[in-house]
Amino acid sequence: MAVTGAILVLYLIAHMIGNLKVFLGRDDFNHYAHWLRTMGEPAVPYRTVLTIIEIVLTVAVILHMWSAVSLARRARRARPVRYAARPTTQEHRYATHVMRYGGVVILLFVIWHLLDLTFGAVNPKGGDAQPYDKIVADFAPSHWYITLFYIVAVVLVGFHLRHGLWSAFQTLGWGRQNRYRGLRLLADTVAAVIVLGFVSVPVLVTIGVVS
Amino acid sequence: MKLTLKIWRQKNADDPGRMVPYELDDVSPDMSFLEMLDVLNERLIVEGEDPVAFDHDCREGICGMCSLVIDGTPHGPQQATTTCQLHMRHFKDGDVITIEPWRAAAFPVIKDLVVDRSAFDRIIQAGGYVSAPTGSAPEAASIPVPQADAHAAFDAATCIGCGACVAACPNASAMLFTAAKITHLGLMPQGQPERYGRVTAMVAQMDAEGFGGCTNTGECTAVCPKGIPFETISRLNADLLKATRKAS
Repeated sequence: MAVTGAILVLYLIAHMIGNLKVFLGRDDFNHYAHWLRTMGEPAVPYRTVLTIIEIVLTVAVILHMWSAVSLARRARRARPVRYAARPTTQEHRYATHVMRYGGVVILLFVIWHLLDLTFGAVNPKGGDAQPYDKIVADFAPSHWYITLFYIVAVVLVGFHLRHGLWSAFQTLGWGRQNRYRGLRLLADTVAAVIVLGFVSVPVLVTIGVVS
Repeated sequence: MKLTLKIWRQKNADDPGRMVPYELDDVSPDMSFLEMLDVLNERLIVEGEDPVAFDHDCREGICGMCSLVIDGTPHGPQQATTTCQLHMRHFKDGDVITIEPWRAAAFPVIKDLVVDRSAFDRIIQAGGYVSAPTGSAPEAASIPVPQADAHAAFDAATCIGCGACVAACPNASAMLFTAAKITHLGLMPQGQPERYGRVTAMVAQMDAEGFGGCTNTGECTAVCPKGIPFETISRLNADLLKATRKAS
């Protein structure tokens, strides 16, 4: 869980930095999108590095889900009779309690996101359009519901990371009483930066700063 | 005060069990929670009914026998307090109080509110000990232990094995209990020779008993009557990672 999660977090940071290139203008962004495919050329053929990244990510996502599903199944077997009184949470951390359902919503979002911007199947501009035009078409004010879905999903990713990162530190054995404040702060900061970075694109497209 | 108690009644392990409501008058705020149940049981005996079975022994908060989930919280609303040390002054007149046993497949109900916690004994038997002959208490300074380690080990060693951590965990995981023993022995010089074999064996036994997996929710340490620190789980994870690396 911690290791596959770490791979996905590193990818998210790279993905977010790439997204911010949209603010440098149409040519810069499209050029960046093209570079993703020509990375490593001419040492390796067209799209080699990108394909490797895609395979690693797919494997990481599958293993991450497999771990989550087996933990959830184990938890259900471990408590066959539930409490009659609603178990009161003593920790009061919303992020901790939306890991499983939030994870499912994030998966659905990722599927839609790939159909939208990678394959173009559900994009208003279709699959052949330039990346920059697809983004602008997606988050146009008339498609406010797409923007809203995107923002909700990204905020859920933020909650997922808030608990996930902190939990990963604990799983990897770095947690100590005198480090918890720092580790919490680190997890919250990374989560917040990722949410703000990703949300900035659709919001600025919708209000017309990027067009 | 006048209270309504909703108590889990279950004749034996095979009985499906059910919640039964009881009205109780004249509860003094100075009574402990268990004394309140004693009063109910005396009345049930007089009325010719089966008294409510619940675990208790020292009633001083040190033996780890009492084990009630009160309104959804193991050991009730008072933090760092066992059920026996919880007093009725924390409740008010007219309250409806739900009382249930620890809920975990690894802790089967024996009767009413009493569960079988032998699974914990088997986890300890799997490695929660040192084989070095320690003899009588040695001269205190003959084996130097860093002050910080001594404190951390002592904090972990205060675990009374009540099982509230399992009861509170949304996954019914026994991680905090196991981690407390791993931390206690892992920080002591006497615990070093068996340190990595111990963590592997105890975690394997914990899994074999049918406890859930830890997802670091922190609910365990929040209800622990002894306040076993959350870092013990991370110390267990660190030892387990190292043991896995050593084995491969």
